[in-house]
Amino acid sequence: MTVLVLAEHDNAQLKPATLNAVAAALRIGGEIHVLVAGSGCQAVAAQAAAIAGVARVKLADAPHYAEFTAENQAALIVSQAAAYSHILAPSTSNGKNTLPRVAALLDVAQISDIVAVVDGDTFVRPIYAGNALATVKSADATKIVTVRTTGFDAVSATGGSASIETIASTADSGQVSLVGREIAKSERPELTAAKIVVSGGRGLGSGENYLQVLGPLADKLGAAMGASRAAVDAGFIPNDYQVGQTGKIVAPQLYIAVGISGAIQHLAGMKDSKVIVAINKDPDAPIFQVADYGLVADLFQAVPELVAAI
Amino acid sequence: MKILVPVKRVMDYNVKARVKSDGSEIDLANVKMSMNPFDEIAVEEAVRLKEAGVAKEVVAVSCGAAACQETLRTAMAIGADRAILVESDAELQPLAVAKLLKALADKEAPQLIVLGKQAIDDDSNQTGQMLAALLGWPQATFASKVVIADGKAIVTREIDGGLETLALGLPAVITTDLRLNEPRYATLPNIMKAKKKPLDTLTPAALGVDVQPRLTTLKVAEPPKRGAGIKVADVAQLVEKLKNEAKVI
Repeated sequence: MTVLVLAEHDNAQLKPATLNAVAAALRIGGEIHVLVAGSGCQAVAAQAAAIAGVARVKLADAPHYAEFTAENQAALIVSQAAAYSHILAPSTSNGKNTLPRVAALLDVAQISDIVAVVDGDTFVRPIYAGNALATVKSADATKIVTVRTTGFDAVSATGGSASIETIASTADSGQVSLVGREIAKSERPELTAAKIVVSGGRGLGSGENYLQVLGPLADKLGAAMGASRAAVDAGFIPNDYQVGQTGKIVAPQLYIAVGISGAIQHLAGMKDSKVIVAINKDPDAPIFQVADYGLVADLFQAVPELVAAI
Repeated sequence: MKILVPVKRVMDYNVKARVKSDGSEIDLANVKMSMNPFDEIAVEEAVRLKEAGVAKEVVAVSCGAAACQETLRTAMAIGADRAILVESDAELQPLAVAKLLKALADKEAPQLIVLGKQAIDDDSNQTGQMLAALLGWPQATFASKVVIADGKAIVTREIDGGLETLALGLPAVITTDLRLNEPRYATLPNIMKAKKKPLDTLTPAALGVDVQPRLTTLKVAEPPKRGAGIKVADVAQLVEKLKNEAKVI
């Protein structure tokens, strides 16, 4: 068995989600290779070569891989597929966009968003917004798998000494061009990788309140900021803050839910957090059913008090 | 142009999924079923493109049991012109659905296929990408804005950390995210009108597609329950617990 893991990166830095996908690959067993596809991404290949447990890095460096389009990445992965029993990617927007395309081109199924490896053919994945866990067995020769990063503890980013092999590029599909990209810049840690997440819901009432009330708490704790779908739909903050079934899946050490009622869709995105704190004025809010520590209080008083007390 | 909109019949999003006592699957007996919410957004977007004069015809498609006719009538009540059901009682996995849709696209020759980014039952998030691959078409997944201009689809996508905008040559596949639009409610006159719109039925065999599942579900289980913790009296007690009991701050 040889497992190929698609590296998540921005042409300069390897993203931590790659380390969780490598962890899943280690559970499958066999030799692990990491594919770095990008443009001017030599530094990323060097970072990938240092990941513990990786035997080889395959580097495809060409201008048409710079924007990570599914069309070009999928063609490249398919060109390498014959050598692999398993092809994995983290369930990031890039992994989710690209891997089903690979699966279809290879005429195999994809197993999405696995949270556990039973054996080389059998995996556990959440269905129905995490209300059930399905154990599925694949009959295909090549297993195409996306990995829910919160399901696997990251391997060490250092300690490995993989060889780096430059591989041939595939042709540019020419079907897609990038018009523009708006990536929010933030001093705070990334939502899916943060140790502490402070999350706000509709109870905050407005975007100004969201920032004024939760910002100081996040700053004090060095936390990332998240939100419920209700807060995103109400326009308090952009959608990439959303935690839930169709947003980000997080599992920090500490998750503080402020003014969030706790809809099933939201719980699906955060219920694997180690410690959950809920602050809500409604004692019957469903969020209290999953919270380790619940505080029934007016958030506009409780949160500033909390900031002062820690 | 013609737009194809695949829709899936799923358990209504307000219903809490329960696992059957034998651990084989989710219990769907006597449960309210609805159109997958992301597909509803796809139908709405296609109908808006028609209302804007960009599209001439919107064709809704569903693959599954006879009851999917209901879902297709809903799509036509929102504004789809006609519908096609690929009827099968077999379990249809995303690759099989993508193949059925590819066969239909070959027949119907749409310029655009718009569908939900994922179904809220199996949460696979695969069908649109697979369909694009099988057709050899470009794709724009997780769309929050769609503009058709100069023979291209200009699509803004929701990606980790923000947004990106792609220009795709047509024909193309677009999958919808939540914020693309807010679907209208079907009005009673439109629901009545939808009953008279044409609905054709085909079978996977007639399309020459093998729908044999590739994945076998061995077991479905409830996730480990997370017990409710305690209510703290005030902020001071909360801080004390977080520091000394949970040791997370």
